[in-house]
Amino acid sequence: MAEDGFMKVSRRGVLAGGVASAAVGQASILRAQDSSTGGAAKQAKVPVRLTVNGTPQELELDSRTTLLDTLREHLKLTGSKKGCDHGQCGACTVMVNGTRINSCLSLAVQHQGDEITTIEGLGSPEDLHPMQAAFVEHDGYQCGYCTPGQICSAVAVLEEIRNGIPSHVTEDLTGRMRATEMEMRERMSGNICRCGAYSNIAEAMAQVAKG
Amino acid sequence: MRSFTYERAASPAEAARAVATTQGAKFIAGGTNLIDLMKLEIETPTHLVDVQDLGLDRVEETEEGGLRIGTFVSNTALSAHPRVREDYAVLTRAIQAGASGQLRNKASTGGNLLQRTRCAYFYDTNMPCNKRKPGDGCAAIDGFSRQLGVIGTSDSCIATYPGDMAVAMRALDAVVETVKPDGTARAIPVADFHRLWGDTPHIETALEPGEMITHVRLPTPLGGQHFYHKVRDRRSYAYALVSVAAVIQSDGTGRVAFGGVAPKPWRSEAADAQLPNGAAAVVRTAFADARPTEQNAFKIPLAERTLAGILAEMRS
Repeated sequence: MAEDGFMKVSRRGVLAGGVASAAVGQASILRAQDSSTGGAAKQAKVPVRLTVNGTPQELELDSRTTLLDTLREHLKLTGSKKGCDHGQCGACTVMVNGTRINSCLSLAVQHQGDEITTIEGLGSPEDLHPMQAAFVEHDGYQCGYCTPGQICSAVAVLEEIRNGIPSHVTEDLTGRMRATEMEMRERMSGNICRCGAYSNIAEAMAQVAKG
Repeated sequence: MRSFTYERAASPAEAARAVATTQGAKFIAGGTNLIDLMKLEIETPTHLVDVQDLGLDRVEETEEGGLRIGTFVSNTALSAHPRVREDYAVLTRAIQAGASGQLRNKASTGGNLLQRTRCAYFYDTNMPCNKRKPGDGCAAIDGFSRQLGVIGTSDSCIATYPGDMAVAMRALDAVVETVKPDGTARAIPVADFHRLWGDTPHIETALEPGEMITHVRLPTPLGGQHFYHKVRDRRSYAYALVSVAAVIQSDGTGRVAFGGVAPKPWRSEAADAQLPNGAAAVVRTAFADARPTEQNAFKIPLAERTLAGILAEMRS
C-alpha cells in the first residue's frame, strides 16, 4: 500500500514538474525578450482573492497570470490541463460560480471573489463524483489528458440542460430541454479528445443524465 | 504576453475616460478574444479597464416592448433569456451556432460585437497584414482565401467579421448604445457599427477612442419565422463559411442578413425586397457588387442555397 501511495505521488509529481518546467521555460524566454525590447516592462503584481474547491486563497500575481496558470503553477492543482492555451481544446475547463469556462482564456484578476471548482473539487479517488465513476465505467478516455476538462464540462452540460439553456441542435427553443445524445454531443464540442474517446464519453454522460 | 496594469471601473463614463486618457488602454469584458490575441502579442494593451462591475449584466424590457441588453450579458445568458427565445429566436439561434459552451458562458454581448477577424494571416505574425500593422501589405489576397470575404472588402484587406450574434442583430435592426469619455451617450444602428474599412482595415467599427458599448437595444419584435442557418467545415464549433439570418413573414416578405462574407453582417433592404421572388433573386441583389477570389467564389452560390434551404423549410 505504501508503495502504491509513493508511486501515485511520484508519477503525479513528475507529470506536474515536466509540464510546468516546459511552460515556465517558454514563459521566461518571452519575458526576457519583453524587457530587452520593450524597455518599460513593469511588473504589475496584483492581489487576487478567490475560493478554489471550497478553500479561500489569497495570492499576489503578475496581472498576466491566467486562471489556469494560477491553478496549476501557484496552487499546484494540476488536474486542469493546458492543451492549446487558446480556448480551442477545452482541457482547461473549470467551473466558475457554477458555470464552465476555459480557464486559459481568463485572467486571475477577473475572478476576485469567485468560486472555482476544478476536477480536484468534484470528487476524490475514494469518493468519485458520479460523472468520474461513469467515465471509469465506460472507459471514457485513453491517454487521459483531456479527461479533467471533459468531466468538468460534462457535469456542467447536464446542469445547463436542467437549467433550460438551449443549444444549436435544440428544435423547440421554448420547450423543455432534454439530455439527448445529439444535445450532449453538440454541447461537448468545445472539448477535444485526440484519442477519440467520444462515443464512450457520450455513454458515460447518458448514464449520469438518466440518474 | 506584454505587461499591463489593470483596474476595475466604477461607472461606464469613468471606464471610457480611463481608456481615452491612458495610452494603450483597452476595455476587457469576458476577454475570450482579447486574451487570446494578447498571448499572441497581436493585441498589446498596456492597461486593462475591466467593465464587469458596472451593473451592465442585465436584460431589461424597454417601454416600447423591446429589450435592452447590458454589454456584460454573456452570450449564454442572452441566448437563453425567455423573451429572446420567444420573440427574437434568430438571435438565440445565431448565438448558439457560434463558439463552444465554455466560450459562450464567458463571452459578452459588447465583446462579441468587437470580436476581431479570424483571418489566418491576421493571426500569423510572420505574415504581412494591413489590419495588424497598417501599411504592411496583405498576404491573404493572393494566399489561401477560401474562408475570407467576397463583398465589402478592399485591396487592403479581404477579412470578414467572424461572429454570428451580430448577423442576427443586423436582421433585427438592433441599436448599439455607447458612452463617450465626456459622459455623453450615443446610439449607433448595428448597420453602421462595423465599417467597410477601405484602406484603413485596422479601424473596424464606428467607435471613437475610449467610447464604450453599454447596451444593445432590440426594437419591438418582428413576429414571423426566425432562422439562422450556418454552413461550416464541421457541424459544431467552427466559423461560418456562410451564414444566413432570416426573419420571414407568412406573406413571404422579410429580412435577410448574411455572415462570413464581408467585414460586417451583410444586408441590403433592396435584397430583402426580393424575398418573395426567391433565394436567387435575393442573392443576386445582395451580392451584385461582390469581388470574390477564385478560392472563395463558391460562397455566393452557397449563400443562395443556404437561403433556399430556409425558404423551403418555411414553406413546409
